Amino acid sequence: MSGKDRINVFPSRGAQTLMKSRLKGAQTGHSLLKKKADALQMRFRLILGKIIETKTLMGEVMKEAAFSLAEAKFATGDFNQQILQNVSRAQIKVRTKKDNVAGVSLPVFESYLEGGDSYELTGLARGGQQLAKLKKNYQKAINLLVDLASLQTSFVTLDEAIKVTNRRVNAIEHVIIPRIERTLAYIISELDELEREEFYRLKKIQDKKKIARKKADKIREQEKKEGLELEEAANIFDDHHDEDLLF
Amino acid sequence: MAMHSAIKGKLIAVIGDEDTCVGFLLGGIGEINKNRQPNFFVVDKNTSISEIEETFKKFIRRDDIDIILINQNVAEMIRYVIDTHTTPVPAVLEIPSKDHPYDPAKDSILRRAKGMFTPEEFR
Repeated sequence: MSGKDRINVFPSRGAQTLMKSRLKGAQTGHSLLKKKADALQMRFRLILGKIIETKTLMGEVMKEAAFSLAEAKFATGDFNQQILQNVSRAQIKVRTKKDNVAGVSLPVFESYLEGGDSYELTGLARGGQQLAKLKKNYQKAINLLVDLASLQTSFVTLDEAIKVTNRRVNAIEHVIIPRIERTLAYIISELDELEREEFYRLKKIQDKKKIARKKADKIREQEKKEGLELEEAANIFDDHHDEDLLF
Repeated sequence: MAMHSAIKGKLIAVIGDEDTCVGFLLGGIGEINKNRQPNFFVVDKNTSISEIEETFKKFIRRDDIDIILINQNVAEMIRYVIDTHTTPVPAVLEIPSKDHPYDPAKDSILRRAKGMFTPEEFR
């Protein structure tokens, strides 16, 4: 992470334009990711609030369900083993749907009833009403728990997604953009240097030419003085072949 | 395969004491599959921790289970296994049992939420 850290490019105008467009791209990406992170964060807080609310509600519902179990046991006698041994197929099943928040797909569970009740005959002799109430209470609890499960799953997924997004935002903000900026600065300084060199070279050549011209003038002067060379006016007819002009 | 299992309904598994299991079974979530494997596990005072751990891991591996309900006092016994389970599916839910009231401070998920919020904030 030193100041020398930059992308390895040849300092030219082309590379500068490329870097400029990359910088622009990085900035756009940064703002987009930031927006995504904000959207996720908002949803996350919403879900967190709901989870805590549902968890407390769950405590109530479970208490009620456990109480109705005790009631049913009182009315029917102990039926635990009978229930535990008579399991066949599930009546309540869960299916998964996908919800999309800013490109993050969140699983949403949904419970549905399938097939008949396998404990229809339990409590036929006595306590049927208590058992029906018990079943209803537990079904209510299950529905609540399924809701809670989807909230919780969303929570975990969002947590992960937020972490990843924030990491990306920070990487762009603190690594990629500075690096491109450093590269740009390097290219600009390098180009300025080249320009100065070029300017200096031009000046130098001008100087040289001036000296050469002076020398030639002096020699001509000398020769004229000695009458060696005649002054010759420029002859326009003697000019080189003129290009045809075509429009 | 993934498509197939997505259409087919998934199960809810229960790990907990006898009364919790019985309650949820009456609610209609119990299923025994073709290999005679139930989707519930009754924990009594004679159940060893390694057995609970084994069952929990088995439930996580099964792809027909989407939600695992576990009593909080049982979850407390295998907390280290639950904490290593980080994938969103299957979702692990801690539920209160008959003789242990629900304590939000112990919940794996709510502990992760700590630092951002305290549960008391929402009451």
